[in-house]
Amino acid sequence: MSTAQENSIASGVREILADYQGAGRDALIPILQEIQTRQGFLSREAVVEVGKFLHLPASKIFGVATFYNQFRFTPQGKFHIQVCRGTACHVKGSAAILEAMKRELKVAPGETTRDGLFSLEVVACIGACGLAPVINVNGNFHANLTTQAVPRILDTYRKQK
Amino acid sequence: MINVEVNGLKYEADGGEMLLTLLRRIGINVPTVCNIDGLPPTGSCRMCVVEVEGQRNLVPSCAFPVFEGMKVNTNSHRAVDARKAIVELLLANHPEDCFYCERNGSCQLQELSESLGVRSRRYVGQKNEHPVDLSGASIVRDPAKCILCGKCVRVCEEIQGVSCIDFIGRGSHATVGTAFGEGLNISSCVNCGQCVTICPTGALIGQSHVDRVLNAIEDPELHVVVQHAPSVSISIGDDFGIPVGDDLMGVMHAAMRRLGFDAVFDTSFSADLTIMEEATELVHRVKTGGVLPMFTSCSPGWIKFVETFYPEFIPNLSSCKSPQQMLGAVIKTFYAERAGIDPHKVFSVSVMPCTAKKFEAGRPEMGRDGYSDVDAVLTTRELAQLIRMHGIDLRSLQPEPADTPFGVRSTAGKIFGASGGVMEAALRSAYYFLTGTELKAVRVEAVRGLNGIKEAHIDINGLNVGVAVANGLGNAKKLLEMIKSGEKTDLHFIEVMTCPGGCVGGGGQPYGTNRDRVLTRIQSLYSIDANESLRVSHKNPEILQLYKDYLGEPNGEKSHHLLHTYYHERETLI
Repeated sequence: MSTAQENSIASGVREILADYQGAGRDALIPILQEIQTRQGFLSREAVVEVGKFLHLPASKIFGVATFYNQFRFTPQGKFHIQVCRGTACHVKGSAAILEAMKRELKVAPGETTRDGLFSLEVVACIGACGLAPVINVNGNFHANLTTQAVPRILDTYRKQK
Repeated sequence: MINVEVNGLKYEADGGEMLLTLLRRIGINVPTVCNIDGLPPTGSCRMCVVEVEGQRNLVPSCAFPVFEGMKVNTNSHRAVDARKAIVELLLANHPEDCFYCERNGSCQLQELSESLGVRSRRYVGQKNEHPVDLSGASIVRDPAKCILCGKCVRVCEEIQGVSCIDFIGRGSHATVGTAFGEGLNISSCVNCGQCVTICPTGALIGQSHVDRVLNAIEDPELHVVVQHAPSVSISIGDDFGIPVGDDLMGVMHAAMRRLGFDAVFDTSFSADLTIMEEATELVHRVKTGGVLPMFTSCSPGWIKFVETFYPEFIPNLSSCKSPQQMLGAVIKTFYAERAGIDPHKVFSVSVMPCTAKKFEAGRPEMGRDGYSDVDAVLTTRELAQLIRMHGIDLRSLQPEPADTPFGVRSTAGKIFGASGGVMEAALRSAYYFLTGTELKAVRVEAVRGLNGIKEAHIDINGLNVGVAVANGLGNAKKLLEMIKSGEKTDLHFIEVMTCPGGCVGGGGQPYGTNRDRVLTRIQSLYSIDANESLRVSHKNPEILQLYKDYLGEPNGEKSHHLLHTYYHERETLI
């Protein structure tokens, strides 16, 4: 990340923190949520800024943030893929879908491909059990998936870039 | 007083105390994993569970207060089975590589598995796989061996106020690590090693310099010298079943020569040298209106702590190098010159009770002309390992003196190993430098002992000199905050030791170091001080000779080049 990007992240975080003057450590999670909503992920710079503001060590903030599934530490890709690993999807073979995704994209859940195109996330259940196994890419659902379909779907998004 | 029945026998307990405290007092060693003496219980490991009549479930004795009429059974099948099951579960994902583990023979998990009679792997889980973090100068992290007891996290936060590590992730994926999984080398870790001594397994160990030292000894080209810190001789016996606190100085010299070191020096000598420089610096600051209070600079964990968390106090740090680095510097200059050896061919080893000394020795400013002043740092534990490796029987050795010209010490240098020792030694000499007479009450009782922050005021020539001593960085932090807020304004000189109790409780001391051992070692140092006649640094004949032959005068030009250093703010964010 360039220094300019780091600075803009840090100043964005300071803008958010301006609304939390006088807040204590109990404000940590709301602050992290707001940063993630605005910036898409929690960067080192963001964690360090929050640490200075709340007088909390970076390790503690990182510990709290990694406890919850909702926080991510790399920027989202242009296409954000959520693979449902809920019960119905599991029964219908979502583990294999996830493996195929990892193999095709060469990233683990929570990570983003080097070209910044795709990010992968595992979600517990997206409430579309009738479509199992299902994935959600930027709000578009792909239903009744097979492992063979995975490369094809990824290709259609690659063409859209 | 409260009446409690334990295993059918009646005992009296204090109201409000935890059951575990009572059990320890009456000689029942219920095992614990997460408990830390002196800190509130977390009750998370459940190893100390016992049966209490009327309670449906087993209760953790560490976090369960005694009550009137309590009936306890510590040895019921149910309780013992539960403890055994916990160990079996901890072993389910533990790497089975005890042979290759530094803690083989000193591991608490091994000990529990043995004493509870675990004889087979009952639960087979997925083995932990995590990369080993070798990046730190002083400490190696191997999270695969971690059993998540959390003691390292607590020590780092609650005792040392550093908080470099915490629990990362959740459930079966949880590990102990730094923010963003960074290496310790770029973290805020101050290398104190308190996490290493408290770790029940081999998940946190010191960076070993044993191989470097063995290779150097083997190399015919190298002249290998060794120095040993004040608190090594009184703690190394722990690893050989010798009573805690026995001073093995002479025997250790003999063992070091048998290990193949070409010369053996005493770091307590350079502790005297440090006092000459530091007391002179203090006197100078007081007389010329320099930055006060002045902080001691012997403890490298403390130095990195100030550089990282309180850079505004860097001008308060004494510019004196630590005794290890002072001796390193005069070994490679004065000693090498006099012996006619190229300093590049001198391999300088130190034996320290400390892991942070490994980091200190590697600081780029600690050397000149392309060589380091200290080439390898062994902890007390590593020296013990070398002695075992070479089959040297300490009990059959006759004591031998250290080598000249750095072999004589005053007891002021020796008490550096205890919290308050540097202060006391410095006061003895500063008093002399300011008044020309010796301090009558050589014992400065107020700065001795295990209290976190100690304070004293001493009248020197009508000047009321305020001194404070902190041990454990958490206490140092409190003191710094008091100075920052203007609550403490009457202090001139502050000694800080990174580790609780001072170097005797250092992160490089033998495993099993606890409060009792620390106390015994402190008493041992003070009894050495009480029983010898050379008790002030400025009367050490070898020190005076060194100034005459080479250094000139304290804080003089040569001293400035060799014995003083500088510090810099660290932008450590993680």
